[in-house]
Amino acid sequence: MLTDTILFYAFASLVLGGAILTVTRRSAVHSAIFLIVSLLGVAGLYLLQHAEFLFAVQIILYVGGIMLLFLFVIMLVNLDQAAQERQFSRQWPLSLACVMVVGAQVTYFVYKGAGAFQLAAPKATPAQGAGNTEMLADVLFSEYLLPFELASILLLAAVVGSVVMAKKRV
Amino acid sequence: MHPITPVHYLVLSAALLMIGTLGVLTRRNIVIVLMSIELILNAVNINLITFSNALGNLNGQVFAIFVITVAVAEAAVGLGILLALFRNRETVLADEIDLLKW
Repeated sequence: MLTDTILFYAFASLVLGGAILTVTRRSAVHSAIFLIVSLLGVAGLYLLQHAEFLFAVQIILYVGGIMLLFLFVIMLVNLDQAAQERQFSRQWPLSLACVMVVGAQVTYFVYKGAGAFQLAAPKATPAQGAGNTEMLADVLFSEYLLPFELASILLLAAVVGSVVMAKKRV
Repeated sequence: MHPITPVHYLVLSAALLMIGTLGVLTRRNIVIVLMSIELILNAVNINLITFSNALGNLNGQVFAIFVITVAVAEAAVGLGILLALFRNRETVLADEIDLLKW
């Protein structure tokens, strides 16, 4: 139990620290590196919550796939000039105030409604025998088969769309 | 020390969501705005998995897989648009792309 608590706070500080540095760093490459740190922290949180398959997906897809894409684009697009200009829009104090107010509200209501989350607490230990990936595949390929197939169409559209967008001459 | 409850995860996810929103609202560099959107989607995923774990129900994890799929598609198309934009306008600053501004 104590290990869980320590690990949670370690991963949480990784996530939040990485996120704050991502949105405040001047150089886009530094932002991307800190985003990787933050995403790895999120992967650790998945592992703490017994979502082993999503832990692997998070690392392979986000850290391996999406961040590679981001770094490629950062290299392709000339950001040197942009890095020397103002990094934040002029209305940033207003945005900060709005975000603070909404964050305080959300936190207040989460604490106020905390009692409601205890309803199903006894079922915390999932059924043993099958691994997380196996059980997930059962649900995904039976109950969610149609959304699964639709996701492949979405990905096809995204692939074609991004190729058309990035091509020199259509 | 208190044991970790779902509430801890929810507050963490709310904080991550707020940081991501702040990045979308305030940064001028479009690449970093796209990264902030990834942060927001990760906050959503933390929420889904927390409830999936707390309720002993795998539907939340399936939804997290779909959210990740959409995030991948969004990043690919977004970066493609960014490349096309940079080729035409020579800028990646969000407030200099104001062709549609009245």
